[in-house]
Amino acid sequence: MGSSSRSFDVGDVHSAVVVEGLTRTQIVQYAGASGDFNPIHTDEVFATQVAGYPSVFAHGMLTMGMTGRMLTDLVGDGRLTRFGGRFTSQVWPGDTLTTTATVTGLDERDGEHLATFEVATANQDGVVVFSGSAEARVDR
Amino acid sequence: MPADTFPVEAGHVMAFARAIGDFNPVYHDARAAAASEVGGIIAPPTFVQASAHFDDDYPLRPRPGVRWFGSGRFASGTAEADRDDGATKPASDRGTGLHAEQHYLYHRPIRAGEVLTLNVSPGATWEKQGRRGGLLTFREVTIDYVDKDGDVVVSARAVSVMTSQAVRD
Repeated sequence: MGSSSRSFDVGDVHSAVVVEGLTRTQIVQYAGASGDFNPIHTDEVFATQVAGYPSVFAHGMLTMGMTGRMLTDLVGDGRLTRFGGRFTSQVWPGDTLTTTATVTGLDERDGEHLATFEVATANQDGVVVFSGSAEARVDR
Repeated sequence: MPADTFPVEAGHVMAFARAIGDFNPVYHDARAAAASEVGGIIAPPTFVQASAHFDDDYPLRPRPGVRWFGSGRFASGTAEADRDDGATKPASDRGTGLHAEQHYLYHRPIRAGEVLTLNVSPGATWEKQGRRGGLLTFREVTIDYVDKDGDVVVSARAVSVMTSQAVRD
């Protein structure tokens, strides 16, 4: 529960499991909360018989949301100044995802200390599903 | 058109945080949040995505008077479904819209109780031959979420891609 910041050094690698065995129920929960009810995410019949996928799969934004949780746990609440990336592979029910954040830089801007991170979330087979970067205000 | 305004409600923030598996009290416990560094309930970093709820014409939610493309008794787009509800337009020729990239700039945290205004700027559109999904059409859009003082709180740039067939890993 990140509530205060900590200090970082360039090259530090932090990682955390952000979901273990993703459930269809959590995907449905995300559909309800986000408002994205695309049936490729929530409707197995549609996803398999019409869209041609092996099963439903997670919203990219669910993966990014879980990735963001790892970052806010790491840097503290309300401290992100930038967070972005690409969805590089699909996330399926049952997947276990691990987010790794590597400190790539420390800067000072307008009197604030900022840390930049390279961010990657990978599944249980090591396939990267989200790849991006972030910047956060840190104490030093 | 995306929603014009996005009222940020505490219950919505709580439900969204639960859905991403984040049980940090700063997203749901007013007392704990008040005592924290940010001083009140804030929204998680990707929460602005949920402004789709306030878009009257958002296509990925069943809407009155518009045929939904998910399954009922049968999967829409199959011959059985077309016989069942008399529809003629198959869903299967649409390809699939997917989210390719998302980038946020944060100027300050979003707080429960505030109402944000959306300022939408369409960006570039381009095409590419995909390895896995046939011809890919990319489209970029930036949405600035603006507070009551006219200051941008979060700027969100999305790149979506339309594939001409199901994506194969």
